[in-house]
Amino acid sequence: MARTPVKNTLQYDPDLCVNCGMCTMVCPHAVFASGSSVVQLARPEACMECGACQLNCPAGAITVESGVGCAAAMIRAAVTGSKEVTCGGESNSSCCSDSSCCSSDE
Amino acid sequence: MLQDVSANHRQQYARPVTSVITMANRRDHFLARWGVNRGGHRVELGLYALGNPTADSPVLVTANYTLSFDALRSALAGIDSYILVLDTKGVNVWCAAGKGTFGTDELVRRIEATALQDVVSHRVLILPQLGAPGIAAHEIKKRSGFRVEYGPVRAADLPEYLQTRQATPEMRRVRFTLRDRLILIPVELVQGLLPMLAAAVVSYFIGGFLAAMGAITAILAGVVLFPILLPWLPARDFSTKGFILGEVAALPFALAIFLERPEAAWWLKAGQALIYLLALPACTAYLALNFTGSTTFTSRSGVRREIFTYVPIMAGMFGTSLLLIITFALIGLLGGL
Repeated sequence: MARTPVKNTLQYDPDLCVNCGMCTMVCPHAVFASGSSVVQLARPEACMECGACQLNCPAGAITVESGVGCAAAMIRAAVTGSKEVTCGGESNSSCCSDSSCCSSDE
Repeated sequence: MLQDVSANHRQQYARPVTSVITMANRRDHFLARWGVNRGGHRVELGLYALGNPTADSPVLVTANYTLSFDALRSALAGIDSYILVLDTKGVNVWCAAGKGTFGTDELVRRIEATALQDVVSHRVLILPQLGAPGIAAHEIKKRSGFRVEYGPVRAADLPEYLQTRQATPEMRRVRFTLRDRLILIPVELVQGLLPMLAAAVVSYFIGGFLAAMGAITAILAGVVLFPILLPWLPARDFSTKGFILGEVAALPFALAIFLERPEAAWWLKAGQALIYLLALPACTAYLALNFTGSTTFTSRSGVRREIFTYVPIMAGMFGTSLLLIITFALIGLLGGL
């Protein structure tokens, strides 16, 4: 199991990779790059833990504890004792429910 | 024959829509950007026909948020296509994918509800790349027979993508440009307005006009200046960037203390200046930290680390400034000044 030296939860096991290239397509930060036989972990430090790669990897070669990188949501969850840390939700945090946490509207 | 069936189904199942953005649309976008009626900027769910699509026309999937839907349909001007709108509760694609509402189950449900397999003869869906955190492409294939193709991050790149069916590395990367950041400020401002007024009133009764201005400055620095200056502020962590911006914003107030009362004791002036230099940056840094959720690149691990590292420092700075305020108030009461 290849452990990444950086401080996030992304883990990629090249032994399981079937080189379908889905992770290189879904990652918004070019963390993965195409390789000849397996995908290469090119920029693990840029991972924002959105979880797209794990969900779209048919071989289960990628794991990441996905979640929102949103302090407002995490602090709110800590204060209210809620386990579920999510953007927006019913309350009005600045992230999400408009386009903000994602900034892209597409 | 297939064409006839398709045309029939199109009329039955797909609502006609154009790529024209009307004044009413623009008004709706403006209100959404200002946080008015959040979650209420929705479009009807289901299948839409843009132009004159046939059984071979591409199917593009989006969220039922007006800004998402309108960005997509305006980008598709002149391209006969179908738009499949999922129920994301009026939330944009990326956030909805993170929540799971722009998700595998919803997509499969919407394919079935619209009888999409009868409308088009192919079995390909083009999804926005940022929908991927909610969608397992191989699951969609298994459950619906449709193959998911992840298109570019931005709808504006779709015309090129639809020709080449290949997204360039540039199309696959999210950005966070000055324009992207500017567009977020109204919502931040609207949400910061009440706390700002409350803080200004409280500060006014404690320290007068200058203190009220200080509170307003700290909050405006956090919600307006910080998003603008984000990439140019030194340091990596949001909190540190916020501290730096807050100190710069507090400096004029510290100077004002010295200029205002040249006759007062130096320790009194220094102490009062220190209140500004501690309280203002603490507020600005806290707001800066809260901006993490609005960006396109912060991770949960990174934000958690920042919270544990910096929130105690912010609290300490703010607490110390409160202690100073109380101390000076007591000295004043005891006639020490």
